[in-house]
Amino acid sequence: MLATPQFAHWDEPLTLSSGAVLRAYDLAFETYGTLNADRSNAVLICHALNASHHVAGTYPDDPDNRGWWDNMVGPGKPVDTDKFFVIGVNNLGSCFGSSGPTTTNPDTGKVWGADFPLVTVEDWVDSHARLLDRLGIQSLAAVMGGSLGGMQALCWAIRYPQRVRHALVIAAAPNLSAQNIAFNEVARQAIMSDPAFHGGHFAEKSTIPRDGLTVARMIGHITYISDDQMESKFGRGLREGLKFSFAPEFQIESYLRYQGEKFSEYYDANTYLRVTKALDYFDPARATNGDLAAALSPAQAKFLVVSFTTDWRFSPARSREIVTALLDGNKDVAYAEVNAPHGHDAFLLDNPQYHAVVRRFLQRVAA
Amino acid sequence: MITRADFDIITQWVPSGARVLDLGCGDGALLKHLAESKAVKGYGIENDDAALLGAIDNGVNVIQANLEDGLRDIASQSFDVVVLSQTLQAIRHTEAVVAEMLRVGTQAIVTFPNFGYWKHRLQIAFGGRMPVSDDLPYEWYNTPNVHLFTVRDFEAFCNARNYRVMNRRVLAGDRETAWLPNLTGNLAIYQICPSQR
Repeated sequence: MLATPQFAHWDEPLTLSSGAVLRAYDLAFETYGTLNADRSNAVLICHALNASHHVAGTYPDDPDNRGWWDNMVGPGKPVDTDKFFVIGVNNLGSCFGSSGPTTTNPDTGKVWGADFPLVTVEDWVDSHARLLDRLGIQSLAAVMGGSLGGMQALCWAIRYPQRVRHALVIAAAPNLSAQNIAFNEVARQAIMSDPAFHGGHFAEKSTIPRDGLTVARMIGHITYISDDQMESKFGRGLREGLKFSFAPEFQIESYLRYQGEKFSEYYDANTYLRVTKALDYFDPARATNGDLAAALSPAQAKFLVVSFTTDWRFSPARSREIVTALLDGNKDVAYAEVNAPHGHDAFLLDNPQYHAVVRRFLQRVAA
Repeated sequence: MITRADFDIITQWVPSGARVLDLGCGDGALLKHLAESKAVKGYGIENDDAALLGAIDNGVNVIQANLEDGLRDIASQSFDVVVLSQTLQAIRHTEAVVAEMLRVGTQAIVTFPNFGYWKHRLQIAFGGRMPVSDDLPYEWYNTPNVHLFTVRDFEAFCNARNYRVMNRRVLAGDRETAWLPNLTGNLAIYQICPSQR
C-alpha cells in the first residue's frame, strides 16, 4: 500500500489549554482507504510519543519507510482499509510535518524552537476535530490509539461525544503515575542540561542537544520493555569481556546507546519536552475531582480497552481503572488483557490475540 | 457451558431492564439473549482468550479477568442480578465468591451440576469410581471441578450463610423435576439473596 502525506493549513486561530493562541498552523496527515458515500466509515489513528501521521504503507520514493502501525492498518488487516477510511494525523508540537518547534513561526519568520507553546492532549484533539471538519466527516466510526494515542482516543470520546461511535484505548492510562512523571522529568533534565540545548534555541546556534536527547531516549526505552524481555534478550551478556572501563561493555548498554543515538538523529529536543509534558498533564478526571467515571459520563462511544500483562509503564491495573470507570458509568466496554511478554512495546507488535481482539471489535463496527 | 434449559429459566427470573453481571460469561450468549428479550444492561467477566473473542463477536460488554479479580473492582450493590452459570463447582473459594456476588448484586443466580444425581450415585456406589457424565464430563485427574456438591449441600450452605432461596428449579435433562430432585435432577438453578433483603 502506498501512502501520500498531505498538509492542511488553518488561518483561524487555535486557543490552547495554556491560554496561548496559535494564530495559524498546519497539520500533516495521511489517509488510507475510501470514505464511503455517507461519510460514516472514518477511523482516526492517534499516535504516541515518537510516531507520526505515517501510520501505514510506504512512500513511492522511499519504500523502506513503512508506517509505524503497518501491521495493524491496511487491506485485510485488523483495521481494514478495504472497509474503513483511515486517517493518520501528526500532532501539533511534533517534528514530522505539523506545526511545531521545527517549523516557522508565522509572526517572526524564524523557526519556533523554544517559543512554540506547550500543547496538551486536549489541544491535539481540538485540532484533529478541525481536520475532520475540513474532510467533511461529522462522526468517526472509531478513534484509536496506543499509549499516548490511547489517551487521545479517551479524550476524543469525552470531548466530542457526538463525533465518536467507538473508541479503542490501547496500552494507556487515565493519567500518569508519579513514577511515570518521574521518568519523564529525568528525560527532560537530560535534554535541558545538555550544553548544546541553549534554552531550546539550539537551532539558532546551528547545533542540537544530541547527548541529552540520547539519554532521554535511553531512559524512555527502558520503560517500554519488560524486565523479562530485557533479561531474555540481553541478560548479563557482554560484548567482549570486562575491560574495566566506562565504554559500553554489557550488551544492554550498547543496545540502549544505539537506540538513543538513532533517535537523536531524527527527533527534536523541544518536541520531546513538549510531548512528555502533554503526557504529564493528561488527567481527564482533574475536572471532576478525581472521579474518572464522572469525567467519562459525557461519552457515548462503545469502548475497547486493551492492556498487556507485562506492561509496567501503563500496567493492566491502569487500564482496569478506565474499565471500572466505564462500567460504573454504565458505558459499553470490552476489555482484553493480552498475555504478551514484551512490555509496553507490545501494542506495536504483531500478537495474534491482540490483533484478533481489534479485528473482531472493528468487524462489529463495520457491520 | 450454559444449556438451553437453564438459559430459559434464568431469562424468566431476570427482571426486565435489570443490570446484570454474568460471571464466566463465555461467548456472551446469555447476555446477548437477555439484552434482546429482557432489555437488560449486561456485563460479562471472562478469562479465556477464545471465549472473549466470541463475546466481542456477540457485541456484549465483556471484561477479561478471573472471577476473583474481576469482582474486586466492582462497586457494591451496583448490579440487580449476578449470574454464575455452571462455574461454582470449578471455583476454589466458593464461599468468598458467593459472598462477593451478593455484595455487588442485589440477588444472585447460580446454576450447578448436581452431584447427587442418581446416575452419579450409582457410578460411585456400584462402579466404585468417580462419576463421569454429560454434566461432569471429566476424569478425576483432569477435572476443573474442585468442589462437587449436591442440591442438599447447596441448601445447607445457603442456610448457614443466611442466604434466602428465592427460587429453585432442578432439571432432569431439559425438564423440571419436582420429585426427589436431589436424586432425579442433574442440574440445579438457584436464585438467592441475603435473608434481610
